[in-house]
Amino acid sequence: MSTAAYPSAQLMLEPAANGSEGQLLEVSMGPQHPSTHGVFRMNVALDGERVVKLKPVFGYLHRNHEKIAESETYLGSMPYTDRLDYMCSITNNWGYALAVEKLAGIVVPERAEYLRIITGELTRLQNHACLIGFLMQDMGASGTPLMYAFRERESILDLFESLTGARMMCNYMRFGGCRADMPAGWLEQAQKVVAAFPRFLDEYEQLLTGNEILMERTQGVGVLSARLAVSAGISGPMARASGVNYDIRKVDKYGIYERFAFRVPLGEHGDVYDRYMIRLLEMRESVKILEQAMRTIPAGPIVDPKLRIRGFRPKAGEAYGRIESPKGELGFYLISDGSPNPYRYRVRPPSLINLTVLEDLCLGHNVADIVVILGSVDIVLGEVDR
Amino acid sequence: MNLETIKSELEAGVPGCQLEIVANASPSGQHSLLIDAEHAVAVAGFLRDVIDLRLDYCSNVTGIDWPPKELSEKVKVKKIVDGVEREAEEIHKTQFAGHLEVVYHLFSVEKRHGPITLRMRTRDREAGVHLPSLTPIWRSAEFQEREIFDLFGVIFDGHPDLRRLLMWDEFEDHPMRRDYVDPDDFEYEPTAHDEVLRRAKQHLSEMGGQ
Amino acid sequence: MLGSGILKGMVETARNFLGSYIGKDRLTTVQFPEERLPQIEAARSFPFLVYDGADWQQGMRCVSCQICEKECPPKCIFIEKSKDKKPDAMGKPQFYPAVFDIDISVCMSCQICVEVCPFDAIKMDVDFELSTDDRFGGLLFDKQRLSKSNEYYNAIHPTEAGAVDAHFAEERAKLEAKTKAALHAKLALAAEAQVAGGEPR
Repeated sequence: MSTAAYPSAQLMLEPAANGSEGQLLEVSMGPQHPSTHGVFRMNVALDGERVVKLKPVFGYLHRNHEKIAESETYLGSMPYTDRLDYMCSITNNWGYALAVEKLAGIVVPERAEYLRIITGELTRLQNHACLIGFLMQDMGASGTPLMYAFRERESILDLFESLTGARMMCNYMRFGGCRADMPAGWLEQAQKVVAAFPRFLDEYEQLLTGNEILMERTQGVGVLSARLAVSAGISGPMARASGVNYDIRKVDKYGIYERFAFRVPLGEHGDVYDRYMIRLLEMRESVKILEQAMRTIPAGPIVDPKLRIRGFRPKAGEAYGRIESPKGELGFYLISDGSPNPYRYRVRPPSLINLTVLEDLCLGHNVADIVVILGSVDIVLGEVDR
Repeated sequence: MNLETIKSELEAGVPGCQLEIVANASPSGQHSLLIDAEHAVAVAGFLRDVIDLRLDYCSNVTGIDWPPKELSEKVKVKKIVDGVEREAEEIHKTQFAGHLEVVYHLFSVEKRHGPITLRMRTRDREAGVHLPSLTPIWRSAEFQEREIFDLFGVIFDGHPDLRRLLMWDEFEDHPMRRDYVDPDDFEYEPTAHDEVLRRAKQHLSEMGGQ
Repeated sequence: MLGSGILKGMVETARNFLGSYIGKDRLTTVQFPEERLPQIEAARSFPFLVYDGADWQQGMRCVSCQICEKECPPKCIFIEKSKDKKPDAMGKPQFYPAVFDIDISVCMSCQICVEVCPFDAIKMDVDFELSTDDRFGGLLFDKQRLSKSNEYYNAIHPTEAGAVDAHFAEERAKLEAKTKAALHAKLALAAEAQVAGGEPR
């Protein structure tokens, strides 16, 4: 079926009828760009330096994840979910495992829930640290905050490697628990890493938060109102920076998040500076959760021993499961028809939905601000395009 | 939060709308409400503003392809055999016409509940693929409806900017449909996979020759 | 004072810079390949086939059940069953793979093949320096390239291999006990038959 009736606006602007040079300049901040967080393109119409129109274009990393999942078993899709938001593979796994557990009515043992929370919050720590690092990098800080963040991330990735076997593509969650239990000495090492984290955050804040250049470039830039955020389906730190008090860990209470005391930081202005501060504060809250979880983790099985890995056939039906991933609300919608492969497998990508308002945020700002605003939205193209 | 109550309130508030509750057999218990295309925008507006639920957050919009297939079910009928009425089993074949479906998952940020699932079905999979766009009600549907247009072929009337999202603009056909076939002239480098298969067969012949 | 935030930040970078001369935690660069980090035990790169003993063909544990081939998500394993049988790790005659190829350019190191193997025959290697200039053949590993000894497995994953070896030892002990019991029963029956037959012992 042809979509010729719905052509894409390759040129957003009409050529001026009288042949004189137009006032507006159309620029494609093309797919190869050091600051677009992946293969992401923006068609921007500029009046001098100010943005008049902005259309995001993506699909360069479309790998057909949803269609592949229709020909794989449920377990076979798990390694592919690692590669969605490739910075946070463990939370992707968790979202998928949660959806399948909802679909099939599987109960997760307690120790596995603790392991999930520990690894999930470690993922959130390294994601937010890197996100701030990348935001600074886009702003021109030449990599210093980024490399400090990567130094901390290395210690977390070492923890992942000794627990799951891989640094980034962890493939750690299973339906009904986790794949592997902690090796000897892992908990002590993890507690050391988490104990050292607040000092790193203090140093990071000293470097960045009061920095006049940062404040000039981010305060008042890319303001998102709470009303637009809710209507546009914005979730995660981006929505909370606009004052929307919605954290799925507190609302859905999935896993055993109820047992841990942590607060949800909210922003007032909804600008880029607020989104940066929210991520810093969320890292501190994650450290709190980690300390509590690692202190109280019980012994026990990490997966129900009666569940088989092979031959998993959930009953026909459907389920929508969602978690608070570091980027926002990551949801999986599964339709089963009783066979080993899902009939329909849908990923609700937070990065894609958060991009809905990119044009609204950038209008009226300068070209230099586009990069900063895009950095604060926190997109990973693996998730946007799937 | 009961779907039955929601249905009755909607039937009272949006006159003429045809609603149906679609049960969900899985333990998740997420039943959905099938709404008709004509009154969809009114129903959605009602759900967002008027009804007590305040469903202001549309989380997920999914497209599903149900291709046409033949359904057969065993039915017990009374037949007269040799003058005696007996019960016999017959196989009734019905033709399922096939349609596309769009599913909306709604939550409420204000009241902190959800999900409420809405479904809309197209008439068929060829010409009757028009559905009203719910983007004017929930802005988050904008990109997701574009994706469903791109990958399934559902045309959303009233969408502010309906064009392909993930595939390039000159692309024909809709990849996520169940009957989509990869074109042979697709430009790709022969992957190691095909080569691998040839080598694997070569290994076997070598081993067999030993 | 305008600029005090920037100056505070410079104190921080100075601390990191000067600290890198003093403490190891500030200088985290490892000069690869002259220096290497110790291998983390659970690390995984690509699969390999385990063989017991000295002969890689006779000692191979794989019985060509093809479960890993079916469960592999990107379908990078290619197995052809043999026509004859050979004794497996427990001594029972089983089929073995005539062809066992893994295309590591497709493999995504997900470890599902290891998880589903009922015979502990395929395990994850840690070798990552596998570059080659032959894009197709060089990355298609055949049975011989994939076979590595149980000693190697114990060297790279001591805890895991120890558990597998203990499991095999237990199974062999059970099998031995069973055959001994069966032999005793047979002898006892034979003795009884002799006595019943009335033959003088």
